[in-house]
Amino acid sequence: MSEIALPKVDRTIVSKKDLIVSNLKQFTDKKNVLSELDEIKPYETDALAAYKNLPLAVVLAENTQEVSEILKFCHRENIKVIPRGAGTGLSGGALPLNDAILLGLGKFNKILDIDFDNKCVVTQPGVTNLSITHAVKHKGYYYAPDPSSQLACSIGGNVAENSGGVHSLKYGTTTNNILGVEMVMMDGTICRIGGKTLDQEGYDLLGLICGSEGLLGVITEVTVKILKNPQTVKAALIGFPTIEDGGNCVTDIISNGITPAGMEIMDKALIDATEKFVHAGYPMDAEVLMIVELDGTKSEVEELFKQIKQIAEKNKSNSFKLSKNEKERLGFWSGRKAAFPACGAMAPDYYCMDGTIPRGKLSEILKEISRLSKKYNLGVANGFHAGDGNLHPLILFDGSNKEELRRTEEFGAEILKACVRMGGALSGEHGIGIEKRELMCEAFNDNDIQQQINIKKSLDEKNLLNPGKVYPILRKCAEEGRVHVHRGEEKFPDLPRF
Amino acid sequence: MFIEEKKNSQIFQDSNQLSPTSESEVSELIKEAYKNKFPIDIHGSNSKKFIGYNVQAAKNLDFSNLSGVIEYLPEELYIKVKPGTLIQDIENILEKNNQELSFEPTDFGYIKDGKSNKGTAGGCVSCNFAGSRRFKVGSVRDFILGFRGVNGKGDVIKSGGTVVKNVTGYDLSKLISGSFGTLVALTEVTLKISAKKPSQNTIIIYEKDPKIISDLFNKVLSSSNEISGAVFVPEEPKSKKFIPNKSKAFKLNDLDQKGAFFAFRIEGDQKSIKERIKDISNEMNLKKYKTSNLDIYQSDLFWKSINSLQLFSETKNNLLRAVVPPSKSQKLMVFLKNKYRYFIDWSGSLFWIEVPEDENIKDLKNTITQNDGYVTIIKKSEDFQFTEKLFTIDDTKLMISKKIKESFDPRGLFNPGKMYKDF
Repeated sequence: MSEIALPKVDRTIVSKKDLIVSNLKQFTDKKNVLSELDEIKPYETDALAAYKNLPLAVVLAENTQEVSEILKFCHRENIKVIPRGAGTGLSGGALPLNDAILLGLGKFNKILDIDFDNKCVVTQPGVTNLSITHAVKHKGYYYAPDPSSQLACSIGGNVAENSGGVHSLKYGTTTNNILGVEMVMMDGTICRIGGKTLDQEGYDLLGLICGSEGLLGVITEVTVKILKNPQTVKAALIGFPTIEDGGNCVTDIISNGITPAGMEIMDKALIDATEKFVHAGYPMDAEVLMIVELDGTKSEVEELFKQIKQIAEKNKSNSFKLSKNEKERLGFWSGRKAAFPACGAMAPDYYCMDGTIPRGKLSEILKEISRLSKKYNLGVANGFHAGDGNLHPLILFDGSNKEELRRTEEFGAEILKACVRMGGALSGEHGIGIEKRELMCEAFNDNDIQQQINIKKSLDEKNLLNPGKVYPILRKCAEEGRVHVHRGEEKFPDLPRF
Repeated sequence: MFIEEKKNSQIFQDSNQLSPTSESEVSELIKEAYKNKFPIDIHGSNSKKFIGYNVQAAKNLDFSNLSGVIEYLPEELYIKVKPGTLIQDIENILEKNNQELSFEPTDFGYIKDGKSNKGTAGGCVSCNFAGSRRFKVGSVRDFILGFRGVNGKGDVIKSGGTVVKNVTGYDLSKLISGSFGTLVALTEVTLKISAKKPSQNTIIIYEKDPKIISDLFNKVLSSSNEISGAVFVPEEPKSKKFIPNKSKAFKLNDLDQKGAFFAFRIEGDQKSIKERIKDISNEMNLKKYKTSNLDIYQSDLFWKSINSLQLFSETKNNLLRAVVPPSKSQKLMVFLKNKYRYFIDWSGSLFWIEVPEDENIKDLKNTITQNDGYVTIIKKSEDFQFTEKLFTIDDTKLMISKKIKESFDPRGLFNPGKMYKDF
C-alpha cells in the first residue's frame, strides 16, 4: 500500500542539491531553507501518512514576492515544486518528491483585512479555517465551510481541495464561499483573480483554481465571504429500524422542500463504536441514526422540525429527540465527530473512504458495502454526510496482516467503483491526490483526462508544479490505499474527522 | 470513413447553417471544422446574441434543435438537459413540483424587443448572468453540477456529474460558465434545482438619498433574516434621451411609482415572513420611512420585472452592467446622479446602467474600475464606438485566459473574437 508510482526522479537535480539550496537562500531568509535530514523529515508526509517521501529541501517562504522568485528560479532550473499548507490533507496532495522543493506556506499566517462592510475577510493562505470565524464572531459572523479538521487545516489548503464540511448541503463548499485569490504561477507570474465583488467577468478562473489540488498555482492570499450567524440552530436525533427506512427518510425530507443545514447518517456499527467512546446518549435500539440540523428563524425551525418528525414517523422511525439547548445540540454531534477515534479503538487499523452518491442510492450503497464486508470478511462502520450524498465508510483491519491489508485495499476500491457506478463521484471533499489517482479512469475516459491535462500543460508547460498528483500515471485503474491509520497513530490524531 | 461520418462531412461542406440534433453529430461537424480550419459561430436561441463582439465565422452552429430534458429527478434536486432546451420550459417543468432555478436567470428579451425571452440552458450557462438572489444563493456557475460537450478538436468531454460534492479533477463546470461558447460546444448540462419557497413579500421604502440607500443595503447584508433580494430604483432622468419606462415596468397596485424606491424581498412560509418583517422593521428602523408591502402576487411580478430588465425595455441606448463591492455603491450612485437611467441589484453590488448613445462612457468605466469593480457593455447602440473594450480584463488574466482557450480550442474556431479581440 505504501508503494506508489511517482514521477521519475531527476538525478541531475538531486546531484545539484547543495547548489540549489544555496540559491534558494538568496530569495528568503537563510533560516527558511531547510535541507538537513532532521529538518526535512517532518515534511515527508501529510495526513495520508501511509505514504512517505523526503523532499530535496523545504522552503518556508514569507511573502508573495519570495514565492514568485522561488518559483521563477525553479521554473528556469526545471526543479519540481510541491506546495503545502497545514499538511492535513487526506489524499496525499502534499506528498513530497525526492527531486522537488517543498514550498511550505505556514508563515503566511496573518489575516490582512476584516471588511464587515463588504462581508468578507482577506487572509493569507496559512491561516486556519477556524481562525477566520474566530476573527469575526464578535460581530455575529462566521465562515461557512467547516471541514472537520477546521482547527488545523489552512484556508489555502481548503481552496486547493475545495473543502466542504457538515453544512455544505445548505451553504456550499469552498468554491461557493470565496471571492478572490492572489496566486503565483509556476513561472513566477503573480496574478489576482476576483476581489471583493461577486462573480468575475470572463473565464471563471477562481472556479478553476478552487479544487485544483495545487497543480495550477500557489495561492498566496484568499478573500472569503462571511455570513451572519443564523438566529436559531437546533438538531434532532432520529433512530430507524432499518437502513432502507433511514435512507428513504433522507430522500423524503429533501423531496418535501426542506434544506437542512446538516443531515448525517450513522450505521449500527458506528453508533455502537461512538457510544462506547463518548457516551453521547444515542439510541442503542436503532439500526440507523440520523442527525438533522436546521437553522433560521425560531418559528421556521420549529415548523420544519414538526414536518421532519412526521416524515420520520412515516418512515417508521423508532426514536426522535430534539435538542433543547445548545449544550444538548453539541452533545448530539459529539458522537458523530468522534467517529474516527472510536473506530481507532475498535481495530488496529482503519481506512477512511470518501465517495459521493446520489441521495436516493443511500440504502443501495449501504447494502453493497455490507455485502462487500462479508465478501472480504472485514468489519466496516459507516458515517455519511447524507444530505449531500458524501460517504465516509471506515474499513477496520489489521495492517500487520499483509493478506488482510490486500483485502482491505480491494474492498475500498470496490466501494469507490460502486459510487461511480451509482452516478456518484470518487471524492466528495478529500480530493484525489495520489490516493485515488489511478481510479480516475473509473469516472473519466481518455478524452476527459486529456482535456484536464491540456489545461495543466497550458499553465505549467514543464509539469513542475505538484506533478504525479490527481491524474493517473499508470493509466490503469489500480487500487490504491485510503487513509491508513495504524494503531491509532493517525497524523493529527486529535483532530475530529467526520 | 463510416457512412454517418461521410454524411456529416457532406452536410458540413454543403451548408453554412448547421443544426445538429445529437452529440455525435456535433462532434463530427466540429471535427470537420477542425480539419478545414473553419471558424464557427456557436449559439442557441440568440436571445443574448447582441452581447460581446460580432462573430465573423464561416459556419453557424445552431443548438436550438439539440433540446429536451434528459433526466429530471426532483428528489435528487437536479435536472439534466440538452443545451437547446428553453429556460422557460425548464421552469415550467420545475414549477409542477414546486421547484425552481433559484439563481433567477436574467431575461434579456425585453431589452431586445419588448418580449420575454430567457433563451436556452446552454446560453444561460455560457453567459453566467444571475438575478436578484445572487448575493444570497449564488450565481449560475454555482448551480452547474456537470456538463458534456465537444472541444475545439471535436472530442467529446465531460466534467462534474449530478452530485453537489465532487472534487475529482478540475471543476470545468465553473470554467465554462461565462465563457460565451468560446471553450466548449455544450451538449448536456446538469443544473442544481431548489425547492420554491411557499410565499414571499416585498417591502418598498420610498427613499432616494445615496447615503441612506447604501446604509439600507448594508443592513440587508448584515441581517440574519435571510432577505433574498434588495434593489434600488431611482427616479428616471428627465432627459429626452430616455423613453420613460418606470411606471410601465412596475405597474403594481401597492407601489407608488412617483420618485425613487428601495425594495427588499422575504421568502418562506407566511408565519416566518411576518416574524422576519417584524424583526427587520427594528433592524432598519422602518417606521422612519414611507413604506408599502407587496403581497405574494405583486411581489412575484415586481421581481420578474427586475430580473427581465423591463426598465430598459427596447432601449436604443448603450446598456452597461457593472459590479462593485457593496461599500462602493454610494460613490457610484453619486457619480451617476440623475444623468443616467439605472437600478441597483444584489443589495448594492450590481448596477444596470443605461447610457445615451451620444455619451462618452470612458469616465463611467474608469469610475467603476477605480472603485474595484468591473463592467460589461451589454447592449451597444447603433453608433457604438468599438474603441471601448466590451469586457474588463487585466493583462495577466488575459494571458491566462488565452492559454486556457488554446487548451480547449487550439485552432481558435469557437466564437472567435466574441469576448476579446485577440482570441
